Amino acid sequence: MMQYKNIIAAYSIMILLIIAVGVLQSWTIALTILNYCLISAVMTIGANIQWGYAGLINFGIMGYTALGGLAAVLVNVPPVKEAWKAGGLGMVVSLILIISGVYIIRRVLRKFENSKKRNYIVAVIIIIGFVIVRYISGPAIENIEAVDPAKTGFLGGLGLPIIFSWIVGGLFAAGIAFIVGKIALGLRADYLAIATLLIAEIIVSIIKHEDWLARGVKNVIGLKRPVPYEVDLQGSTWFIDLVEKFHSKKLYVITSLTERQDVLNQLVIDASSVYVKLCLAGLFLTVVIILLILTQKALYSPWGRKMRAIRDNEVAANAMGKNVVKEHLLIFILGSAIVGIAGAMMVTNDGLFTPGSYRPMRYTFVIWVMVIVGGTGNNFGAILGGFVVWFLWVEAAPIALFFINFFTAHLEETNAVKQHLIQSAAYFRFLLVGIGLLIIMRYRPKGLIPEKINIK
Amino acid sequence: MDFINAIVLLLNYTVIPALTYGSQLALGAIFVTLVYGILRFANFATGDMMSFGTMVAVLITFYFQSLGISFGFLPTALLTIPPAILAMIFYMLFIDKFVFSYYRVKKSPPVQLAMVSVGVMFVTQAIIRIIIGPFDRRFFDGEKFILKANEFKEMTGLNEGLTIKSTQAITIFVTVIVVSIMFWFLNRTKTGTSMRAYSDNEDLALLSGIDPKKVVLITWIIAGILATIGGVLYGLDKSYRPFVYFNNMLPIFAAAIVGGIGNPFGAFLGGYVIAFAEILVTYAYKKFFAYLLPEFMEPDSLMQLLSTDYKFAVSFSILVIVLLFRPSGIFKGKTL
Repeated sequence: MMQYKNIIAAYSIMILLIIAVGVLQSWTIALTILNYCLISAVMTIGANIQWGYAGLINFGIMGYTALGGLAAVLVNVPPVKEAWKAGGLGMVVSLILIISGVYIIRRVLRKFENSKKRNYIVAVIIIIGFVIVRYISGPAIENIEAVDPAKTGFLGGLGLPIIFSWIVGGLFAAGIAFIVGKIALGLRADYLAIATLLIAEIIVSIIKHEDWLARGVKNVIGLKRPVPYEVDLQGSTWFIDLVEKFHSKKLYVITSLTERQDVLNQLVIDASSVYVKLCLAGLFLTVVIILLILTQKALYSPWGRKMRAIRDNEVAANAMGKNVVKEHLLIFILGSAIVGIAGAMMVTNDGLFTPGSYRPMRYTFVIWVMVIVGGTGNNFGAILGGFVVWFLWVEAAPIALFFINFFTAHLEETNAVKQHLIQSAAYFRFLLVGIGLLIIMRYRPKGLIPEKINIK
Repeated sequence: MDFINAIVLLLNYTVIPALTYGSQLALGAIFVTLVYGILRFANFATGDMMSFGTMVAVLITFYFQSLGISFGFLPTALLTIPPAILAMIFYMLFIDKFVFSYYRVKKSPPVQLAMVSVGVMFVTQAIIRIIIGPFDRRFFDGEKFILKANEFKEMTGLNEGLTIKSTQAITIFVTVIVVSIMFWFLNRTKTGTSMRAYSDNEDLALLSGIDPKKVVLITWIIAGILATIGGVLYGLDKSYRPFVYFNNMLPIFAAAIVGGIGNPFGAFLGGYVIAFAEILVTYAYKKFFAYLLPEFMEPDSLMQLLSTDYKFAVSFSILVIVLLFRPSGIFKGKTL
């Protein structure tokens, strides 16, 4: 029990902080923060598997998050029949062509293993294939995007409940991670970071600009939630009764009937949004707990030991007969898949898909700060990092505002410096997170909850 | 005649913009490569350091403009480059003293330094946004064009006009001067040679009496000069916006790696490789072919390989291809 004392203390403080936000600001804000904290925690578990277990730097988290989001759209949105009629065939043919092209290239690479002509043949195949695919898909894309462009203009999805997309998002991310891993994993640490970051940028720019796929920067809105809607709740009697019972003391004091009804209405509106967020939080928490159990089991299994051995001394592990390349690829795929799940969860939470919002700052670097601050190699640490950093990221502006007002209290309201500082309070989050990272890296390089391996 | 028209068309829409953009990237890429070669880490704060230098230049430009100081037909910003460089070098040395030097002395792995540079990136971004805000700022003044399309048409009697913006000419001119001085310094002076020796083999360099502190100091000074000039030139040509500068880090990295990281000359050429690839792949060749081909063969599509949305993606794909086939870059850099 003693060894868990720190962990329990840290998590209790974190929960108290979120409750404090609930009391001081509002419960809706507190639960929004909690939900994002949980999603961030899933992302940090993914990043921690790669960096903490195996020592792989993946700066492409943004790309896998976006893929998860794309999965949510493709699973949840009902299919657009007119669009399929207009250009579905062309797109399917193009897809088959691309797959067969990749297959042919693989065959060529195998067959002409030692031939100098190999690269030329591959180049010719790629160029011819590119022209053919452009020729077939071009008109099809135009037709699809012409179908009611204000509302659809894309092929749509499967029309299934969005919760399935969490799995599909993981699969999407895993598939792309397989390709990326094959390309980039041979690179040394910092090259790998740059290469994955740039490949993620390619993925996001494809999602942004292929309108037939998911409307691109025109965004997809109105994704269906796995939990009830506020409006439905406000209309249902059981919910109103529940709220009435919950606040019966408060309502009892009010004597006027109309006034009481008004207060009750307001309470129901507040409670409905809290209820929805709680439902989502429950779902997210389930995912976090399942992943946490799985990753903890993996960490202390023979496989986890092998990964640590590879991380700590690649050459020695290789000499002991461990297949380093294969294990690196596997863990790269696993970690990315978890990030993909988080991406789908995030879109589920928001109910909309905005490809333009996938930026490296928010979806790669902040997640990395979370992992480093929390504790590399320790899942409890990584999750805590997700909570702490996201909390700071959101609450930085109010905190900064408080301090600005405190330190400039002697200045007049019209003072230019004061006004300028108050206007830029939102940017103090970068300062807070950056300085936090620098301090942790310097004085606690293993993170808030460091990795502890018990050798039995 | 059609042939000349086609050439002028290409010059106007691809070659000159690509040369300009390439020069801006090249300066940044040399900055990345120097830091990588001598201080031995991938500096993720590259874009924001360039942004910081530019911010100082922008602020001083606004101050000069309010005083009524101008540089004739040249942009006022050119006058503000020296003080901006000073501020930039001061900031870099400050960061180095309080952040990077600790890890250098401890001989931390490069990955750790890269993560530290992410922290520096956050802090620099915060400082910039708190001081100047996240908005778009134009600080260009002076004569806008050196050669206008109409003048060129009248001069030569061609159908196609050739435009040369003064920012384009300034960019290329300044880049050539700065880069030549830098290569002269690195290859011909004693300090430059000692820097290259330090980059090649640190232990041997230390044994032969090279002062590591001096090498680091000079590296940051050169880095500050390159970062500020590159940033100001980019800002003059387009406009100054912190977010864009952060994003520019990506093609700059691509340029540095394509050229062979740790190799300044490779980085210089890498900048142009990336810029030309981006612009040539996304340019619509319809008009070009319309001039060259006989009338019945005129293309009806845009003849564009990829839409301009994929500008960034092109440069990153080139990077991926280079990494696949020549992992040490086109010109041999440090091995991976």
